[in-house]
Parts: sequence; structure tokens; C-alpha cells
Amino acid sequence: MDLANFSIQLLNSVQYGLLLFLLAAGLTLIFGIMGVVNLAHGSFYMLGAYLAYAFTGAWGSLALAVVAGTALSIALGWLLEKILFKHFYHRSHLDQVLLTFGLIYIFEELRSMLWGDDVHSVGIPAWLDWSIKLTETLSYPAYRLFMLAICSALALGLWLLISKTKLGMKIRAGAFNSDMAQAMGVNIVRLHALVFAMGVALAALAGMLIAPLSSVYPYMGSQVLIMCFVVVVIGGIGSVRGALTAALLVGLVDTFGKVLLPQFASMLVYVLMALVLLYKPEGLFKQ
Amino acid sequence: MSAPQAHLETLPRSVQLLLVLGLIALVAFPFAGQDFYTQMVTRMMILAIFAMSLDLLQGITGLVSLGHAAYFGLAGYVLAFMSPADAGANILTTLPLAVLASALVALVIGFFVVRTQGIYFIMVTMAFAQMLYYLFFDNKGLGGSDGIYINVRPAVLGMDLENKLVLYYFTLVCMLLVYWFLRRLLWSPFGRTLNGIRLNEHRTQALGYASFNYKLTAFTLAGGLAGLAGYLWGAQTGYVNPELMGFHMSAHAIMMVILGGMGNVAGALIGAFGFELFLHLFKDLPKVGGFDMGKHWQLWMGALIVLVVIIAPQGLMGLLRSRKQDD
Repeated sequence: MDLANFSIQLLNSVQYGLLLFLLAAGLTLIFGIMGVVNLAHGSFYMLGAYLAYAFTGAWGSLALAVVAGTALSIALGWLLEKILFKHFYHRSHLDQVLLTFGLIYIFEELRSMLWGDDVHSVGIPAWLDWSIKLTETLSYPAYRLFMLAICSALALGLWLLISKTKLGMKIRAGAFNSDMAQAMGVNIVRLHALVFAMGVALAALAGMLIAPLSSVYPYMGSQVLIMCFVVVVIGGIGSVRGALTAALLVGLVDTFGKVLLPQFASMLVYVLMALVLLYKPEGLFKQ
Repeated sequence: MSAPQAHLETLPRSVQLLLVLGLIALVAFPFAGQDFYTQMVTRMMILAIFAMSLDLLQGITGLVSLGHAAYFGLAGYVLAFMSPADAGANILTTLPLAVLASALVALVIGFFVVRTQGIYFIMVTMAFAQMLYYLFFDNKGLGGSDGIYINVRPAVLGMDLENKLVLYYFTLVCMLLVYWFLRRLLWSPFGRTLNGIRLNEHRTQALGYASFNYKLTAFTLAGGLAGLAGYLWGAQTGYVNPELMGFHMSAHAIMMVILGGMGNVAGALIGAFGFELFLHLFKDLPKVGGFDMGKHWQLWMGALIVLVVIIAPQGLMGLLRSRKQDD
């Protein structure tokens, strides 16, 4: 592998890792604070991608689509938390697995009713539709760099929110000991709704950003969901810092595995998870 | 996050009656039903074996596995590999080998996973199943994403599973044996210990039971029994592909067990039949106006699952129990 090729793969792996982080951050917070196993998290990612497809088709602008899609997904997350998820915080994990699996069915069918079962593509905005030439044969698309920048900014923003603001302090307190946080005057009911809506919005945002790169297709949430669970478990449930580390690690292993060991690439990530859990049964950054 | 609850370990009269009536119906069914329905019921019985094998973990031992399909699919693959291209495989060699292979893989994976608890157990079982899934998905030598065909179904000494009726009764006998075995196991000292582990693992340990060994044995047994179901599935469909090991198949098993009510084996059996019946019912829904209700069966199935979790988290048999308590 020469340097140009290596740097392309490295950029790809970081970009994939950051994308996973956007998904896993919400998942790990929902896990850590509310104790909910949310298998439907992948559906929000799919929803984001389809919203990007629908709105870009209608208005011709990805930026507008992302703004509208994010607003919609926040609303959806808030609503779902209030109607459904709120009542499952103290149920067994098994019930939560079942509930959210039922939701996957429902979301997939709604998707099929609204947009059909075909594969769709979303155009890259014209001002980003160019690439940087690295060597005679290799080049790197600008949209990928743009995405890298956006994901990094979001990850940084999330880190600032969680570790530097008062809201972040409440979120961390909730993840550490929800009852105690409530006793100290944190409005835990509102915090739960907020965290859930934020998780849904981040997942949808990841879907919207990836839409122009990968096509938009049915069941696109399932595979990425399993990856996210791997990230959450490696990082340690409830730890956003762990999720970031694990997401980048998984991105590296997956991307370079696909280049170096194509036949076993998809397995490698799970081997990594098994190894981590053998030495750190509660993940790398369990609080 | 309370531990999953099991119920009705001693079956009420009504359930016993239902099971006996169900058995009579199953024995008589091929004489009344059409070929299509005979095959459908064969499929239900295979899934019932699969569901009961999961109940040993989920309901009796309290270990929620989200990767149980791995052992199901693996045995199907063993049958596919051992089937000659132009003749049927021998049941007497392939069936024990397939079950053994699944049990062995479950033993190895179990050695790592039964150390973990709660949510981590769910995730790690899923991760190992995904590993196997991708091993078969990505390797052309193992059939790749297209899977493998089993051209001729297995047979032995005049018993040929190529014959739909023979396959039906063979599956029925297997299902009854598994049911009998697990019910006996449930009330054996071994089964009581597994129950103890579900209710309070620390106390069970304090009583002198090495819970790790018990859990590992249960995991291995459940894997082997899932393998039996997978073998029959391969024999019925004549085709195996990685999806048999996939995440959806594992979740399917969990849903069947929950629908019936877990921890007493009979619930898993009833749940498997109930789940498949609902599935067929929803797929056969008529068109209302311009809206094809049958085409959107996933919507109704999803709604049913959500409703079951909200209204009857202890499954159909749990409903029975709560009514009894009201009396």
C-alpha cells in the first residue's frame, strides 16, 4: 500500500468512524441514562436518509433538506419518547428488545408505503461535486472531506455540550445515577425526552449526510445498527468518550480489514469486540 | 431492570387439554389438509423446536440470547456440505453430526459469553452470531451470500424425507421428543438449578452450584437443539443461506418464545404456532379500497409485537394466569 492509497483509506476510516459515532452517541446515552436497548435506532438512520431523498427531490437543496429533516426527527424523537419509550425505562431488557424490534417492522413498512422498495440516490450538491487529485489515478471526493469536517464539528460540539455546559453536567449526572440526579433537583423527565430526541436527531443526521455517498435503500438501518451496538459495547455503555474511541477503532479495523483481508473483514470487528470484552468485560470506558 | 420472569411451570389443566387436542390435530392434519398446508405446518413444527431450544436459555436459565440463529443455521450448513450432489444424505450420520457441530460451536462460544451478564450477554451473543454470519456470507467456499442448495433430501432405510408426509411425521416426532426432553429437564435437579440461576445466581452459587458450568451446559444443549431444528429446516427447504444465521432469525425466535410465554417450554411451542399463524393471517388480509392490507403485513406484525409487549408481556399463557388470579 503506497502513501496516497494509505491516506485515502485512513481518511475513509476516520469518516466512517465519525459517522458511527453520530449514531452510537445517541444510542449509548439512551442506554446509559434511560437503560433502554433501542434496536429501532437504525430505523432513525434510515429515516434520515429517506427524508434527505424526499426533501432534496422536492426542493433541490441538500442543505435545506438537512435542516428540515433534523427538525422533523427531533419532533419524532420527542413524541416517541413521550408516547412509548417513557413507559419502558424500568421494564426488562427483553421487553425493550421486543418493543423496538416491533418498531423496526412498523418503520420499515411505513417506509415501504411512503417511498416504495426501490433503491434511490441523492445527488451531491453541485458546489461539492468535485474531487482533489492525489496522484495520476487517485483522487478524493470533496463531499467526503466535507462530511469529515461536519462530523468532526458535530463530535466536537457534542463533547463541548457534554463536558463543558450545565446541561451536559446534568446529562452526565443522569448517566451516573439517575435517581440521585433527580433528588438533587434535575428535571429528569425533561432530560430523558431531550436526550432521546437528541439521539434520534443525531442518527437521522448521520443518515442524511451519508445519503449522497451510499444509496438510500430498504433495511439500510439494520446493518449499521449492529455496528453501533458493537461500538457502544466496546466503548462502555453510557460513555460518550468511549463511543468516540470505539467508533474510530471500529472504523479503522473495518476499513483496513476490507483492504487487507477482504474475506474476513466483516468478521474482524466482532473479533475485536470479543477480545475487548474478554479483557474489559464492561467496555473500555465504563464509568 | 428485573430479571425476565418465567411462569406456569406446572401447566394448568386448560393448557394440558389444549396440548393434547393440538397433538391430535397435528397427527390427523395431513389427511385433511392440502399439500401446501402440510408444508406450512411442517415449517411451524420446525420453528417450534427452534423456539423451545431458545426457551431453555431465555425462559428457564434467564439468558437472553440475540444470536441463537447461529446454531440453527450452522446445522443446516452441515447438512448441505454433507449432501452428495445427486443422492440423499444418510440421516443416521448427518443428523447427529449436524446437531453435534452446533452443540460444539455453542460450547466454544458459550465458554466466552456465559461470563457476561444482562445487556452484555445480549450483545456478545449477537456479535458471535454476526461473526459466523459474515464468515459464511463473505466466503465463496462456504456458499457465500447465495447459499447452498441441497439437491436431494436426506433418507435412511426406507424413510425418505423427499416424501412430504414422511418429513411431516419425522418432524412431528422430533418436536415431541424435544418437548418431552425439555419438560423432563425443567423438573430435573439440573433444571431446578438453572431456575435458581435465573432467580438469583449469587444464592445459587452460595448453595454450592458452579453456575458457570450449569449455564455453559444449558447454552450447549440449547445450541444442539437449535441445530436439530436447523437440520430439519435445511431438509425441508432444500436450501441454506447466511440469513438463517442472521439477526432477524434470532429475533424471530425471541418473539415466538415471548408470544407464547416463556419458562415452561409449552409456551414456546404455542408461541411458535401462534406467531406463524398470525404471520399467515396478516399476509392473507384482503384489499380494502385501494389499500392492499396483506402486502403491508409487516405493519400489522410490528403492531402486534408492540401490543403484546405493552398488554401481555408474559405472553398468551401469561394472560391465562392473570385471569386465573382474578377468579
